[in-house]
Parts: sequence; C-alpha cells; structure tokens
Amino acid sequence: MLSEVNLKKFEELKKRYPTLKALILPVLWMIQEQEGYISMESMRYVSELLKVPYGHVFGVVSFYTMFHQRPVGKHHIQLCTNISCSLLGAERLYNRLTGKLKVKAGGVTSDKKFSLEEVECLGSCGTAPMMMINGEFYENLDEARIDRILGMLK
Amino acid sequence: MRRASIESWECLSKMEDLNLILPNIPHLHRLPTYEEYGGGYQALRKALGMKPEDVVEEVKKSGLRGRGGACFPTGLKWSFMPKQAEKTKYLCANGDESEPGTFKDRQIFEFNPHLFIEGSLIAAYAMGVKTTYVYLRGEYHRWSKLLQRAIDEAYEKGYIGENILGSGFSTEMYIHRGAGAYICGEESALMNSLEGERGYPRVRPPFPAQFGLWGCPTTINNIETLANVPIIINRGADWYSKIGALKHTGTLLFGLSGHVQKPGVYELPTGVLLTDLIDEYGGGVPGEKKIKAIIPGGSSTKVLRGDEIDGLKMDAESLKAVGTSIGTGGVVVMDEDTDIAKVIWRITKFYHHESCGQCTPCREGTGWMEKILERIWRGEGRAEDLDLLLDVANNIEGNTICALGDAAAWPVQSFLKKFHSEFEARVKRSAIAAVS
Ligand SMILES: Cc1cc2nc3c(=O)[nH]c(=O)nc-3n(C[C@H](O)[C@H](O)[C@H](O)COP(=O)(O)O)c2cc1C
Ligand code: SF4
Ligand code: FES
Repeated sequence: MLSEVNLKKFEELKKRYPTLKALILPVLWMIQEQEGYISMESMRYVSELLKVPYGHVFGVVSFYTMFHQRPVGKHHIQLCTNISCSLLGAERLYNRLTGKLKVKAGGVTSDKKFSLEEVECLGSCGTAPMMMINGEFYENLDEARIDRILGMLK
Repeated sequence: MRRASIESWECLSKMEDLNLILPNIPHLHRLPTYEEYGGGYQALRKALGMKPEDVVEEVKKSGLRGRGGACFPTGLKWSFMPKQAEKTKYLCANGDESEPGTFKDRQIFEFNPHLFIEGSLIAAYAMGVKTTYVYLRGEYHRWSKLLQRAIDEAYEKGYIGENILGSGFSTEMYIHRGAGAYICGEESALMNSLEGERGYPRVRPPFPAQFGLWGCPTTINNIETLANVPIIINRGADWYSKIGALKHTGTLLFGLSGHVQKPGVYELPTGVLLTDLIDEYGGGVPGEKKIKAIIPGGSSTKVLRGDEIDGLKMDAESLKAVGTSIGTGGVVVMDEDTDIAKVIWRITKFYHHESCGQCTPCREGTGWMEKILERIWRGEGRAEDLDLLLDVANNIEGNTICALGDAAAWPVQSFLKKFHSEFEARVKRSAIAAVS
C-alpha cells in the first residue's frame, strides 16, 4: 500500500496525466522505494488503485528491468558490462566482485547484504568502467576501488 | 554588471571550440547564473513575441537536425503538427539515453538544464503544446533530481506554467521516470510507456504528429536537439547555419569512450575530423597503440576500421558517404589488441536482451546471432557460421516494426565485412582445434 505521504503525492500526480493508467510507472516506483521490491500483493493493490487488470500490472512490472519482483540485497550492485566498460576491464571487475561476494550475477549474499547484477550501458561510458549501487554511480573503477567501496558498505 | 553571454561566448572561444550547449561557466545550472551569464530565457522572451509559425520557420532555416540518432530536420518535424487542433498537443523530450556509447544528454541535465528547459518551452510555444513530458531513463535518478530543481526554479520565476511572462501562453512540464528498457527511447515505445503500457513500439503510420500520446498530436525530440533551440532564436538561423557542416549544422556533443587517454564529452562543430577528435581532444590511444576499429555514433552505427578514418569528417553526410552514420555522436575507440569477436558478441547480446519481442525476425534473430557470435568468440565456431550470421542479420534488416531490428543487424553486418579475414581465421582455427 502507498504510505500516507505517497498517497498525497499520488493525488498531486493525477493532475499531470489525462488517464489513471499513465500513473503506473510513478506508482510502481513509489512502492518499490517503500518496500524494496514489488510483491504480488502490491501488484493487486496497484491494479485496484489504477483500475487496470492485475495481468496488466504484472505485464508492466515484468517488462522493465529496474523493477524487482523479489527482495534484493541491502546494497544492490549493478555492474555495467557493455562495450565501453568491457573494453576497459569490466570483466576483471566482475570477477573481483563475484570472488569477494561469493555470488554470481543475479544472486543475493546469504546475509542479504549484497546482491549483484550485470547491466547494460548506464550512460557513463566516458568514465568507464562503472557500477551503480542503490542508484548511486561509481565510476572510473579498478579492482582496488572495488575493494575500498565494498569495505565501506556496512 | 556583465550580461547576456551567448554574444561573448563567440569572442571567448575560438570558432573550433564553440561551446554553445556546454559553456564553461561555473554554476550555470542555477537559475540566477543562467539569467545573468547564460541564455537567461531571453530567447523565450523573443520567441513569445514572434508568431509560432515564424519560430518553426527560423528553426527550419537553421538547418538543425535531431540529435537522437536519426538526424531528422527539426523544423520540418515541428511543421507536421496540426496548426489548429481541438485535441491537446504534446511534446515528449526524449532523455532515455540508453544507446551504448552515449552519455551526452546527462551533461545537459547536470551543467545547463535551463538551456534545455528554455528550448522545450520555445518548442511548446511554436507547436501550441499544452504539456511537455521529459522521459528520463530510470537510472538517471540523480540527474532527474537536478533537472527537477531547475524546472521548479523556472516555475517559480514564471517561465513555465500559466500565462508565461504575460504572453497569454500557458504550458506545463513534467518529468516521467522510465524503469530500465532501451526500447523506451524509441519514440513510439516511449509514448506507450508514458501511457502506462508496456514499452512496445507502434506500427506507423499513423505518425505521432497525427496520432501520438493518447491519440493526440505529439512531437518527440531529443534533449540535445531542444537545447539548441534557444541559441538559434537568440542568434538567428543565419548565424547558426554557418556553424559546422553545410547540411548538418551546429555543434555536437561528441561522447568519446573506449581506448583513449581522455574520454569524455566534447562539444565541437559538426564536420570536425575524427582523427582530431581522437588525438587532439581525446589525447590519442594509450600506449600509442594503433586503432583497430571505431564505432562512430553509438552501438547501432556501422563500425569503421582504423585504416579508414584519415580525413573523415564527423557529420551526417560525410559518415553516410562511407556507409555508416553519425547516430548519437557516441564514438567508441578500440585499439589494436581488441578482440573484435568479443565486442560484436557483447553488442549483439545487448540487442537480444533489449528486443521487445513483438517481431519474430528481431526476437529470434537477435537470439541466434548472439548464440553464433558467442561460439565464434569462444573458439567453437564452424565454417558455415559466418554465412549463417549474415543471413540472419539480412533477414532482420528492414523486416521489423521499429528500428531496433536494423540497429541489431548493422553492427553484425559491418563487423563481419570489415574484419572478415579475422573472423574466417577464427572459425578455421576452431575447426582445426576440433579435429585434432
Ligand atoms: C531502439 C531505439 C532506441 C532509441 N533511443 C533513443 C534515446 O534514448 N534517446 C533519443 O533521443 N532517441 C532515441 N531513439 C530515437 C527516437 O526514436 C527519435 O528518433 C528521437 O528521439 C527523435 O528526436 P530528434 O528528432 O530530436 O533526434 C531511439 C530509437 C530506437 C529505434
Ligand atoms: S524490431 Fe525488435 S524491438 Fe522493435 S518492435 Fe520489433 S521486436 Fe520489438
Ligand atoms: S558501456 Fe558501461 S556505461 Fe556505457
């Protein structure tokens, strides 16, 4: 369910669009920010809130790669392995991350502290290689920086 | 007090490094600085005093072409919008920026957001647009906040909203956040995504100017395209059209990445030599290695070999003449040690991942190409694989609803063609390894 603050935001956002359905991405974002992921229950809630079928909500959630259908780690690490990052050693960084965290891409550490994902170009090719952790960009990476960043994350 | 600086930018900088979009002015992202030293919404004031159709005419005359990849003439696109319309008209500012090798619009949000906002407002006035949605890729959350702050500042000062600057013209501007899908940068998928659908591209016709967002007249423009508009209105189309190449005017924000000493975004007039971009601005290739390959305008554009780039100018017509395109201006440099098979496999993996799956040739074809390329790269390719690859690519090209299909086929076709002997040697080696 949307929190009270977010419900207010929702009422404000309604004025921006001619249909309720257009609010699906904004509402899903609010839910993911509240709960960390989008559960089936949340999807049912969104379906009622926006008066669209459940199947539609599910279709939208599964279409976009940034929506999580199950919890991710406290620190969600997304490493870009696309061309510019790959040319500058993204693979080495991937090996470093998997070695240290003992999970592969798609996995969550057993203490739920970290999850790792391989992602496409994030628009930081000029500061490659890079990764994103909980939405923050970490650029110009090398193995030593990865170690330092992981060490800093509690 | 020092005032209105677009004038003085010209004196400050040589014509070759004409920084119109990203001038080196500290704190330009804040409205007071933009008002004093940047464009300062003077162009908006000027445009509001003109007839909307004269604004469109001025943009046409400037020669401005879209910076989102397709190079479509901007003024012409605007003129497709119906003059009178009972229906609401919309503008979508495309900030999805997900083409690998592309990272330029981000700089505008960070360093000169008001220039973009002002350009969108002028576009809105010229086309009678009621609402502008700025579609931002989900990952640009930080830049979304920066842009939102600038939009709020502009609302407060009365540059956006009701009765702008007393002109009687009213228009709104909202950010809409995407959620991770390259395809949503494609204009019709973007509209579906905004409407709350999955981001599936639409079959055209009808075109957006007739039947766009919620069936209403809509124009989609790239962020950088819109950022050029205040400059054109301020300085006039005649002045602007003298910058850069004759048929592709203005400056471009070139994104330089890969094997160069100083990667980054460089604003330079169109028509700059590719070798100058790489050597003078980018500081050349590390270790003075030779260049093996260059992707000239984002991952969708056809690759060039290092021995093809002498004297090559970076503008739409010059690149077309050598069989590729300027795309988004994202230049990726690869040195002599680069594993070409791995690069094209990685690019193809991207397109396969991002295919929305509506058209069979794209959905299946990108998957096959990825698989074949992976085995070639890993040294398990077969002799017939090269022909098979080309077949699959040719079968995608031109047979799909949107241009993602072509965007996936072109890199494969061009890598195979430009590095044919290398691919042949690779599959031959695999064959020998397999029998011995
Ligand atoms: C698969 C695909 C992805 C695209 N992604 C973007 C994008 O991220 N940003 C963009 O401005 N244009 C993108 N485009 C091009 C848009 O469809 C459209 O041509 C452009 O936004 C129009 O703006 P312009 O005329 O100002 O260039 C993409 C096209 C395709 C086929
Ligand atoms: S070409 Fe590919 S991405 Fe475009 S509509 Fe068809 S399947 Fe979808
Ligand atoms: S390729 Fe990694 S950010 Fe663009």
